[in-house]
Amino acid sequence: MSKRGTEILVGLFVLLGIAALVFLALRAANLSSFNGADTYTLTAKFDNIGGLKVRSPVRSAGVVVGRVTSIALDPKSYQGVAKLDIEKSVQFPTDSSARILTSGLLGDQYIGLEAGGDEKMFAPGDTIKSTQSAVVLESLISQFLFNKAADAGGPSAPAAANAPPAPSGAKK
Amino acid sequence: MEWIAALGRFALDILRSLGHHAAFFWELLRTLPVSLRRPSFAVAQVHALGNLSLLVILSSGLAVGFVLALQTYYALATYGAADSVGLVVNLSLVRELGPVVTALLFAGRAGTSLTAEIGLMKAGEQLSAMELMAVDPKSRVLAPRFVGGVVAMPILALLFSAIGILGAYVVAVLLIGLDPGNFWSIMESGVDVRRDLGNGIIKSIVFGVICSFVAVYQGFEAKATPEGVARATTRTVVISSLTVLAMDFVLTALMFSAR
Repeated sequence: MSKRGTEILVGLFVLLGIAALVFLALRAANLSSFNGADTYTLTAKFDNIGGLKVRSPVRSAGVVVGRVTSIALDPKSYQGVAKLDIEKSVQFPTDSSARILTSGLLGDQYIGLEAGGDEKMFAPGDTIKSTQSAVVLESLISQFLFNKAADAGGPSAPAAANAPPAPSGAKK
Repeated sequence: MEWIAALGRFALDILRSLGHHAAFFWELLRTLPVSLRRPSFAVAQVHALGNLSLLVILSSGLAVGFVLALQTYYALATYGAADSVGLVVNLSLVRELGPVVTALLFAGRAGTSLTAEIGLMKAGEQLSAMELMAVDPKSRVLAPRFVGGVVAMPILALLFSAIGILGAYVVAVLLIGLDPGNFWSIMESGVDVRRDLGNGIIKSIVFGVICSFVAVYQGFEAKATPEGVARATTRTVVISSLTVLAMDFVLTALMFSAR
């Protein structure tokens, strides 16, 4: 095999490898979606961040507009502080709210931004004031059980207080 | 008490062998800049080790992609998660199977040819002749082959993964009938370029260094007889494969530990 022929074949081989890399990176991984070229940072404080992870998406109306870049605990207020990188092309009013939502029933958690109505927009580095924490399943269940218990015991308690000497009427 | 002495000798032999390997590796690295002054040798080696391995790598990748798609479909369908076949196959290939299986195949095909070639050169006294002519055999013969292997391995691993994913697409979408849009979008959202693809590439580079070095070392240190060359060739495959699998465990534990 001539030297030039070999070199051409090796060049083709390397080109094939680069094509495979580009295919894997663009079509089979999340490179083409939000890459964080031009972003600004906002901070949001939550009482409970639930299952939020670094690199979780930030969505507004369901569309990914940013990523969570860091999660930390504020040692003074004991709140979870999440830093968000938002695309520069999307500005949010200063009364926008951030909630931690779950995609699907048991899916990954993300931050949902709901735009407010203020005329002033967030500047880079601002803190989102109105936030809602993640829903913790255990609290929901205990709340549900407590409500159930209150429903079952509530109506019979006032009746027993009103007519204690009439035992037949108070029975439920 | 002979066996205590034998045990001691065995341990010392292992230590000496490790030291010899390290010294050889250092010599090889030292001669790399000199050998790369004539890049045509390295290019020819990339051709011999990479281009000529394409057939076995691509066909294995396709077959592995087919089988992975089938197996994961049967497993996931019971949980109603059949649409995630693409994601599971991609992660398996890019993180693990691509680098590891390519390294094993590379050791078997390219590693053995390297060892046999160098061993036969040694048996035919070509290496000694080169030394007599004041040509360093390490920089003239060994270093280009080492560089060729290290360059070819990551490219082969990427091609393996890419064609495996395409094979999985053929089985999952064209054969089984899953939705192509879901196949690609679930895969795209679940695979991270830096964490999965990047770590896979790092692994394949490390495995390339391991396989090429073991092949070149065994060839150079082979006994200069036909039997010695044959033994060295089998040793290349065994040592490369075991080292690759052990390093895979170490690298996976380092890279993919729970955050």
